[in-house]
Amino acid sequence: MAEALLTLEDILTQYGDVPILEVPSLEVHVGEVLAVIGPNGAGKSTLLRIMGLLEQPARGKVAFRGQEATRENALNLRRRMASVFQEPLLVNASVYENAALGLKLRGLDRRTIEQQVRPWLERLGIAHLAGRAGRSLSGGEAQRTSLARALALAPELLLLDEPFSALDPPTREGLLLDLETILRETRITTVFVTHERSEASILGDRVAVLMQGKFRQVGPSIEVFTQPVTEDVAQFVGVETQLPGLVHSVTDGLARVRFPGGEADVAGDFCAGERVLLCLRPEDITLSPPGSEALRSSARNRLAGAVVKVTPWGSHFRVVVDCDGSRLVALITRPSFTDLGLAEAKPVVASFKATAVHVIRLR
Amino acid sequence: MELMLEGIVKAFQLVFGGEAEVWTITWLSLTVSGTATLIALILGIPLGIALAMTRFPGRGVAVALVNTGMGLPPVVVGLFISIMLWRSGPLGFLNLIYTPTAMVIAQVVIAFPIVAGLTMAAFQTLNPRLRLQLLGIGASKLQLLWLLCKEARLPLLAAVMAGFGGVISEVGSVIMVGGNIKGQTRVLTTATVLETSMGNFGTAIALGVILLTLAFGVNFILTRIQQREQVRWPRPS
Repeated sequence: MAEALLTLEDILTQYGDVPILEVPSLEVHVGEVLAVIGPNGAGKSTLLRIMGLLEQPARGKVAFRGQEATRENALNLRRRMASVFQEPLLVNASVYENAALGLKLRGLDRRTIEQQVRPWLERLGIAHLAGRAGRSLSGGEAQRTSLARALALAPELLLLDEPFSALDPPTREGLLLDLETILRETRITTVFVTHERSEASILGDRVAVLMQGKFRQVGPSIEVFTQPVTEDVAQFVGVETQLPGLVHSVTDGLARVRFPGGEADVAGDFCAGERVLLCLRPEDITLSPPGSEALRSSARNRLAGAVVKVTPWGSHFRVVVDCDGSRLVALITRPSFTDLGLAEAKPVVASFKATAVHVIRLR
Repeated sequence: MELMLEGIVKAFQLVFGGEAEVWTITWLSLTVSGTATLIALILGIPLGIALAMTRFPGRGVAVALVNTGMGLPPVVVGLFISIMLWRSGPLGFLNLIYTPTAMVIAQVVIAFPIVAGLTMAAFQTLNPRLRLQLLGIGASKLQLLWLLCKEARLPLLAAVMAGFGGVISEVGSVIMVGGNIKGQTRVLTTATVLETSMGNFGTAIALGVILLTLAFGVNFILTRIQQREQVRWPRPS
């Protein structure tokens, strides 16, 4: 088991009588990037403020390397962490002075400060802006300054609260990739809060899904994205096709599941008669024209249906297919979209592998 | 116009003519109003910050009181302080009536709400989330207050100027609690009133010019501080 850097125990925060956040227990391991995802209002920022000792929970305990945070040691513990927020607020001074501010607050001498700040200005590509007024920066430059201000502190724990969500897409991608490199190379323990699952999958070693103030699933990134434990987690992590069905028969480790409009084989250990939810990621569904039986793919499950809706989706097309009452969502590339000549109301066959299906047991 | 010219000539005569009295008056004006402003800052800035940054029951009333206080008529303050300090009054035993100390007290009462109100307004212009960001990079509570004051320094200096300007120019309260006693409690404003009432318009104008010069000088220094460009460039590495 990995060593815990930060531990939350029995945390409860409420505004009035409304609980905002309830965390029975959570550990942040040394050296990991924990991505916390969840919709707006799920309590993500509250969680980060509690971790950063910037807000006191109504109940519960925060411990840093096993040491419980108290009123007396809060400042010392706070000085071993650093927070970066969605909106980079800089003080009315130069970029250099802003980046140096945290070190200055710790009473370090000018030379030490310079030695720690310079490399981060270089690394984040803002060294040429060192003398510029903090207030005159673009959003991306300001967020880089804010990151330099935090990283220059060499924090044991870095807390990032949606640091990219106020940036335009190219700026955001650039900074996201830079940060990914930095975190991979420095191995700074990081808690990263976002509502963008793509950001979470790029940065996160582990992903925690927070919904309505509670953690629904915490686990390795790949596991959370491909094997969500509940319907709403599945929905949030981008599993768009969800088919409720009944296990009809089981043969050789394959379960045959019946659902409105069809049947499918899925891998896994199930009993006949169980109620299940079949989850499919849109990139795991392929589309082909009807009657092309000759093109036998390895996909075991084939469902005939008709295209309901086509939406351009960045470099892809998002296609909704109706198979006798069951809706499947597929993501296909532009070339295959053109080859298939897809259009609304056209018949099509949707196929997917038995192993691509994630099954949630319903009670 | 002749009168104005006469006044300006007179002012030069008073200042550079080796007459000690005008210097005494000017010095007293400066020290009384300067001390009052300083005390008003010490009391008003923390109150203004507290009103801007905390929420407590009765805060609305407190804010309304401070805002009303910003327009407090000096004569009313003078009257109230006089009643308190009169020999027969509740604070009469202090023997402060008709002393410079009494004048300072009255001017503190005038300047304090101005400073508190403008400080509150200054802190309310700061982004409330800046507080978390500064704490999030390791600021202590005191460092946080200092950094926020630095961020709000332009409007804060405006509060200093407004407070000082309000008391250096007022006559109502100092004449009531000070009594305009020659050599003891006579300041530029009360002297101007006296000279005007005696028909010595030249001297009155001269005193007025000195008062204006004094106010301008102090505000000029404060403005220079306020408008100084604060961005310092790091030394090249």
